[in-house]
Amino acid sequence: MAERLLDVGGLKVRFATEDGIVRAVDGVDFSLDRGKVLGIVGESGSGKSVTAMTLLGLTRDKNTSFEGQVTYKGENLLALPESRLRSVRGNQIAMIFQDPMTSLNPVYTVGDQIIEAIVTHDPMGKSAAKRRAVELLRQVGIPNPQQRVDDYPHQFSGGMRQRAMIAMALSCNPDILIADEPTTALDVTIQAQILELLDRLRADFDSAVILITHDLGVVAEVADEILVMYAGRIVERGSKRDLFYDPQHPYTWGLLGSIPRLDRPKPKKLHSIEGTPPSLINLPQGCKFRPRCPHAFEKCQEEPELKNRVEAVGHLDRCWLPVDDKRGLREATIAGEARVAS
Amino acid sequence: MLPFVIRRLVGMIAVLFAVSVLVFIVFILVPGGDPAERMAGKNPTPANIHNIRQRWGFNRPFYVQYVKMMQKAGNGLLPGRHGEYDILRSFDTRQNVVHEIKRGIPATFSLCIGAGIIWLFFGILVGAISAVKAGRWSDRVITILALVGISMPVFWLGIVLRYFLAENGHPLFPDGEYVALTKSPVQWAYHLILPWFCLAVLFIGFYGRVLRSNMLDAMSEDYVRTARAKGIAPRRVLLRHVLRNSLIPIVSLFGLDFAAVLGGGAILTETVFDLKGVGWYAAQSVGGLDLPPIMGVTLYGSFFIVLFSALVDFVYAYLDPRIRPT
Repeated sequence: MAERLLDVGGLKVRFATEDGIVRAVDGVDFSLDRGKVLGIVGESGSGKSVTAMTLLGLTRDKNTSFEGQVTYKGENLLALPESRLRSVRGNQIAMIFQDPMTSLNPVYTVGDQIIEAIVTHDPMGKSAAKRRAVELLRQVGIPNPQQRVDDYPHQFSGGMRQRAMIAMALSCNPDILIADEPTTALDVTIQAQILELLDRLRADFDSAVILITHDLGVVAEVADEILVMYAGRIVERGSKRDLFYDPQHPYTWGLLGSIPRLDRPKPKKLHSIEGTPPSLINLPQGCKFRPRCPHAFEKCQEEPELKNRVEAVGHLDRCWLPVDDKRGLREATIAGEARVAS
Repeated sequence: MLPFVIRRLVGMIAVLFAVSVLVFIVFILVPGGDPAERMAGKNPTPANIHNIRQRWGFNRPFYVQYVKMMQKAGNGLLPGRHGEYDILRSFDTRQNVVHEIKRGIPATFSLCIGAGIIWLFFGILVGAISAVKAGRWSDRVITILALVGISMPVFWLGIVLRYFLAENGHPLFPDGEYVALTKSPVQWAYHLILPWFCLAVLFIGFYGRVLRSNMLDAMSEDYVRTARAKGIAPRRVLLRHVLRNSLIPIVSLFGLDFAAVLGGGAILTETVFDLKGVGWYAAQSVGGLDLPPIMGVTLYGSFFIVLFSALVDFVYAYLDPRIRPT
């Protein structure tokens, strides 16, 4: 059994705003073992990024309140004072972000920014840190790292910047690497390279990866386990196999239907999930997906719990529909033929 | 780098030329500005006026007059002996304009360099504090003070300061006037404290507001989030990532504002505190529609503006690698 690195239980994150309390994350549980890749999938505003940033304490603010535990190596990160948490940040848990164009400081060289990450947690001489930065750039596949280390971010292409971000994140050999939409801002051809790189480095550095994306196609490549999030909670959770071949939640169907696929009959038009995600200030009663669900019925006025309803152990979902009904309705919904009753 | 310097130099000359032509044309067109009539004094005879016209060349076509005037201005700068009418002289006082400007430079530079240091330092301090404390009471107090500072006219503030601190009862400060640095450094600084403060107040408030909003923008930048995610201490994030990037626009503001006051723009401060600097001289000349000094001061001022905007470009390239020529 692999080493358990992270245990998240009952995590809730709330932001107090002028319009009211935003329930950005509302009861999320998951765990992560060494060497595994966990995918978190959902639309914008589903709470996936907030969940990730909260693991590092980056959402801490006077207007934010937290509940639950984030246990890393026996310590609850949520309760850790800021100064202690800083020694975890970038050191044991590192993060890379969506837009490599804006995530690097334009006025410092790429090398300086990697060196800064190294010496923050591991005091060493400037030249030793620089050698390490060059080595990291080599590992993430930057050609001529010796020279490129002194380049400024604007002299790098988008893909190279994301590689540099990954190098920076790996600089202290983190146990956990959180990648928040690492490929969203990149060309499709570069996306696959970055995912491959992440997967290879996960093996080389023996770390675990949390991969956050809105694109099921991205997690399909690398994730061992996938969480589908909607309105701040997990609506379905299972292995890659479970989610792609036996998806149980109508929201997951919608996500699957919205990626064009060559192995399914060509739909008349690319399916989109109707409507918009609910306001996180005034959440709908009962199942949060009910207003957008083509199969909602009376029982959905009450919120279903996240539990195992199918044969596969560890495949959990939050939907009242009987499993057999769902298996019957699924294909049509994914193909975009079911509509929300108005 | 060299092509850049050459381009800037050529541009500088072109700007100075354009400015001088504009000033000249404006004063040719100003009504009631016939200098010969004014120079002739109270009850002149037509022959008097005619004579002056001949002597000073007011009867020549305006372009000839322009060229003559520029030659005279140049003569003032160059060493060597020149005749009475070969030097740019004030219509009103007949004094050498270039000498008068040179005489005003120590007071103007003393005022501006001191005030510039004060306003840059306090502007950054005030802006940084209110950005860090954004929304708290200290930020609100600073915001109000900054707005008060921006809104107070220099002539009002200067007179109030003089009235309460330099004139009534037991004065804390000397009442205006410039004491040369070479004469007594202590008296020099003592005499300049009120003018420095008076000139700096407006800029402190303004720079503080600009820096505050720059820093708040920078704080929500992705690279600041990256820096925090690296585990860097907040103070270091603030200085190295937020402040460093927010200071770039301040540099260009400072370059141009400083050039403007150095170039004689501190007219009100110099006048209120009786500092006989370049700005004061300009104010006197404008009051008398006295073209040669106005021309001289304008060229002197535009020289600093052009020089400092070139300097700002250099410093910019140093501060922001994205605009460095590669």
